[in-house]
Amino acid sequence: MSTEAASRAERLARAAAPPVVAFVLFLTLWETVVKGFGLKPYFLTAPSTIWGEFTKNLGRIWDASRVSGTNALIGLLCGTVLGIAVAFVVRRFRKLDELITPLAISLNAIPIFVLVTVFSNMFATTSDVPRRLTVTLGVFFVVLVNVAKGLTQVGATHLELMRSYAATETEIMRKVRIPNAVPYLFTALKVAAPLAVITAFVSEYFGGNQNGLGSKITGSLSSSKNAVAWAYVFGACLLGLAFYLISIMVETVATPGGVNKRDRS
Amino acid sequence: MTTLSIRSLNKVFNPGKANQVDALVDVDLTVEPGDFVSLIGPSGCGKSTLLRLIADLIEPTSGTVTVNGKSAHQARVDQDYGMAFQQAGLFDWRSVAENIELPLELKRWDKAKRRDRAHEMLDLVQLREFADHRPWELSGGMQQRVAIARALASHPQVLLMDEPFGALDEMTREHMQAELLRICRAAQTTVVFVTHSIPEAVYLSNRVVVMSPRPGRITQILDVGLGDTRSDETRDDAAFYAKITEVREALRGIESALVARGVDNR
Repeated sequence: MSTEAASRAERLARAAAPPVVAFVLFLTLWETVVKGFGLKPYFLTAPSTIWGEFTKNLGRIWDASRVSGTNALIGLLCGTVLGIAVAFVVRRFRKLDELITPLAISLNAIPIFVLVTVFSNMFATTSDVPRRLTVTLGVFFVVLVNVAKGLTQVGATHLELMRSYAATETEIMRKVRIPNAVPYLFTALKVAAPLAVITAFVSEYFGGNQNGLGSKITGSLSSSKNAVAWAYVFGACLLGLAFYLISIMVETVATPGGVNKRDRS
Repeated sequence: MTTLSIRSLNKVFNPGKANQVDALVDVDLTVEPGDFVSLIGPSGCGKSTLLRLIADLIEPTSGTVTVNGKSAHQARVDQDYGMAFQQAGLFDWRSVAENIELPLELKRWDKAKRRDRAHEMLDLVQLREFADHRPWELSGGMQQRVAIARALASHPQVLLMDEPFGALDEMTREHMQAELLRICRAAQTTVVFVTHSIPEAVYLSNRVVVMSPRPGRITQILDVGLGDTRSDETRDDAAFYAKITEVREALRGIESALVARGVDNR
């Protein structure tokens, strides 16, 4: 058992080594270029300076991350629930599919800032609702398209088999379509989770409360605190990464037996 | 009572349109209980269509299919059929045993009874130790055995198979043929079996139904007459070879007739 654990740690280390080495090399190069050419902080800030600001402002970065993170999370949850619900409706009523899918695609084609601006006008300036709505819409589209595909793209053999068993539409839905759509949902979430974070940041650039990571980055830059801005950017990276990792963990927990194994075979 | 009775069956796809296809014309066929009947013929002869009509997966344009005195539709609703296709069609999110339990779930059997039957079927196809494995962990031949176990799980009166061994290598194929015969004899199952392979049709069947395309119809029904027990020795038997030749000649007759009619049959 312990040897198994050891080999697992070893495998993890071997998998993690190349990106870690690449990252360290990248930081070293960055630091050397900034120091070597004597670049001014407003042009490019050295990683060491950024790290200094990051540790100094940890509390503030955490607060801003919490604001953006909460917006992203609420939008992600609402968008996922809505996306799944509409995917089922579209699957059940094929006529609606022709109505809703083009509408969803055209909605998704509207730039984020237009949506935020429109939503901001609908609610009070101090409200978080516009940003959360914007995130919801972005996530909704990704989840809808993928889950609808998972519910529809079922093997012809599977359907003939179920028909030969005289299975009802409800039984086919429960025993074939829904399990088939589960991996599609997790693929959607892996795309939607970082997207939710990015959308939450970007939404902050267009009015509303100035307490999120996105607002802090613009704020710091406009008062020439470049190193602080970079520190917030680093915080933003961590938040995006955290969302992505959580989406992978949810997938691992929710699909015992492993959906990925099948893809490899 | 006759298990399967097909009378003046016709199937036209896209009737009245430019791409109209006369898939089957005036098909008559009678299958007795415990019969093993193979449908063989060049592609486009309607053998898979005929199987799907029997299974009530598609509707005939005219004519009737009667199964144990019932309509094909009623037989399907009563879940009298077991089906297997060229693809094993196992569900990846179910274990091997759960895959076999699927038709029993749809018949609303209780859990313990389902489990017992699944294990019984796994014994039959000699895959007991793989009950809790996932389908993708099994080889192609093993997956096909699970699919056959699933098709037989509810002890269906009629087993309908569409080239179930088509994707297997020759050795696995011969092994599976012997297993299928053993299982069907034990369960007294009536089988309609679609295949491309002449030796496979002869080895498995009591009767071989030879079909020709454009329009799809039955040209000949050959009694195999190799007795009820088949083994590896059967494959070396002179009578076996003679029967293969007979089927081949029946199929060649179709080919030359098509050439004479100027039908491109590549």
